[in-house]
Amino acid sequence: MSLVRRTLMALAAPLMAVVAAMVITSLVVFASQSSPAEFWTIIFDPPAPRVYVNIVNQSAMIFLSALAAAVGFKMNLFNIGVEGQYQMASHAAAIFAGAAIFSGALNVLATLVVAMVVGSLWAGIAGVLRVTRGVSEVISTIMLNAIALTLTGYFLSTYGEKAGNSRRTTVLDPGSRLAGFTPFEERDGAIWTLVVLAVLAGVAFSFVLNKTRFGFDLRATGMSETAAVASGVKVSRMIVISMMLSGAIAGLIWMPAFFGAAYSYGTTFQAGLGFTGIAVALLGRNQPLGIFFGAVLFAFLNEQSNRLTLQSDISQNVVQITQGVIVLAVVVAYEVVRRRKVAAEQQAVRRNIDADKDAPGEAVSA
Amino acid sequence: MSTVVSEPEATSSKSRRRSFVPRWLLLVAFVVVVVSAVRIITGQDQIDSPGSLSAAIIATCPILMAALGGLWSERAGVVNIGLEGQMILGTWGAAYFTYYYGPWMGILGAALLGAVGGALHALATVTFGVDHIVSGVAINIIGLGAAKFLAEAYFANLEGGGVKQLTGLDRPPSITLPGLSDGAEAIADKGWFVISDLASVVAALTDNLNVMTILIFALLALSGWVLWRTAFGLRLRSCGENPQAAESLGVNVLRYKWIAVTISGALAGIGGGFLALVASSGFVTGQTGGRGYIGLAAMIFGNWRPGGILTGALMFGYTDSLPLRSADTIHALLLLVAIGLAALAVWRFTRQQTTQGLVFAALGGLFLLWFLVTDSVPREFTGMTPYLATLLVLAFAAQRLRMPKADGQIYRKGSAG
Repeated sequence: MSLVRRTLMALAAPLMAVVAAMVITSLVVFASQSSPAEFWTIIFDPPAPRVYVNIVNQSAMIFLSALAAAVGFKMNLFNIGVEGQYQMASHAAAIFAGAAIFSGALNVLATLVVAMVVGSLWAGIAGVLRVTRGVSEVISTIMLNAIALTLTGYFLSTYGEKAGNSRRTTVLDPGSRLAGFTPFEERDGAIWTLVVLAVLAGVAFSFVLNKTRFGFDLRATGMSETAAVASGVKVSRMIVISMMLSGAIAGLIWMPAFFGAAYSYGTTFQAGLGFTGIAVALLGRNQPLGIFFGAVLFAFLNEQSNRLTLQSDISQNVVQITQGVIVLAVVVAYEVVRRRKVAAEQQAVRRNIDADKDAPGEAVSA
Repeated sequence: MSTVVSEPEATSSKSRRRSFVPRWLLLVAFVVVVVSAVRIITGQDQIDSPGSLSAAIIATCPILMAALGGLWSERAGVVNIGLEGQMILGTWGAAYFTYYYGPWMGILGAALLGAVGGALHALATVTFGVDHIVSGVAINIIGLGAAKFLAEAYFANLEGGGVKQLTGLDRPPSITLPGLSDGAEAIADKGWFVISDLASVVAALTDNLNVMTILIFALLALSGWVLWRTAFGLRLRSCGENPQAAESLGVNVLRYKWIAVTISGALAGIGGGFLALVASSGFVTGQTGGRGYIGLAAMIFGNWRPGGILTGALMFGYTDSLPLRSADTIHALLLLVAIGLAALAVWRFTRQQTTQGLVFAALGGLFLLWFLVTDSVPREFTGMTPYLATLLVLAFAAQRLRMPKADGQIYRKGSAG
């Protein structure tokens, strides 16, 4: 296949998915007696400076979450538990940072380590259960999500400080807060310093996966477990390590917001990023670049949809439908494209064989 | 005194008439005796009062429906993580159709909306061969978003409605058997060993029992009959065990999978409808609270069998409903768990599985210690029980569980070759 055709084939699936999602969203908006044109005008209106800042911040967190999911997906491990892992990790990290054992930048670094360790341990439970007891990681991580929700709720309500009607962890010492970078005016908010974590994690992810022995083993296990075993990969060790790696990245998800704006774990905690991450990882085909575009798209839709409530009578929840449809449509589209590709290849082979039959002499000389 | 009377009876029947009395009946008898003993030792009547049992039945129904939905789908070889999303769609469907056409149409509406979610899952997984987990995750996102959106679009301006809710709906009728329920309740209040506990069960089943509850238990029995006693069910299950063989025998595998997954969605939808119509006073967004996932857990806990999923759903429903009642009762449950674990340990020892027996004995000891040294248990912990129990069951009994052989595998037409 020519390069042009290959590129077209590669782009066909995401494009088909986005078009399908737009059509379905328009139909849903239309069915609720609102104007699809109005909807898309509001969504595609140039964002205000404050919204730009939010999009960058949210994209970074979604990116980290998707990366965490992608590590597992790369070797056919469905880590549905990113949500629980980053919840446990964020809570533990907030307690640790609030205790101010270290000060200043050292506190930040130590807290990041704590977050990664707690996240990886929580994910490791699922990995160990899978390896030693044969428990499907899909079910165990779903259970661990629910347990994490209960545990953090219990710890917060038992040991948290009172703040109005709710409880929170000890507030972060001002010396360890990270002011961030203000691209516009002060009132438009700042891009959090630890957004840089997303960039670092993305670079590290592609380096480890594409340039190291470990990355090769991981990809090999995902593509064919039997082949990986034959080439000397210890699959059960790989499963535990990649689950823990996935959990470690998950531990970082909320850290930009914690050091940049929240300063304590409580009502400020942003839940649900783990599930968004799974969707974005699927959308981006587990590739850092794809995930990047997916994260920006989801953050853009989330932030822009806030205006719907102010400027129209359309519910902002409609973008959730859009996001779900994009995910479903993109996997369906990839499957359709893959089948077409296989069919095209088979046809090409057939043509060659037919040509060989017609001109046997040429085939031999070629 | 009464302990002495009833114990030999139970053991003698076990040894003498093993082949005549089904094992599950013995198990039920054992549970009743233990629960009754715990009730008398701790003095916690709430542990199985008619009120507690009624609440437990109400909490069981949605979980049971989700689990049954999972059973249909997975028996045909399609993993349905999207149960949660289909349930959420069901809550909306029940509210909408009940508001305009009454509660009976509301139940149908819940099934219809759930079936739409199921059909979407079938389209993606069966027709397009997408990974089942991926599709399920997407359906959960869509279901949640769609229910929120539809609520805002259709309920905001209704009487009793709002952007997130619709209350004041008509309920399906409830049935009370006047003489029986009063009598049973009176006996239950006496606090007699075993007799009062059985009366409590009768009272819970005869006093103010909702028709939808009966419908749900009927659906369970019907599903068991259809799946295991009819040719249709045999073919459907063969699609989950060995689709290639099924197709070579002329079964239209893709059609059976489609039917199974759509029914699965409809059942989950009815579970959601129960939440909106019976378990609470109306529709609220997000009221499923992860029950779709608990249903999935109950199905695995129940080893993909109707009787097993009923046990799982009852257990999860009971622990789900208890925190709403007395905090001391939860403490009494620790003793119950300790005795249960001790029984498991004994059973394991008789089977010469010493390691597992020791683990259960140790766990039982820990629970007993917990019971003896504390006065109360944090409410949050009971909410965690279903999930922890599932993890433990999976960890200790994964070898005993047997899921359909081709469960979760993508099947393409004509791969029988």
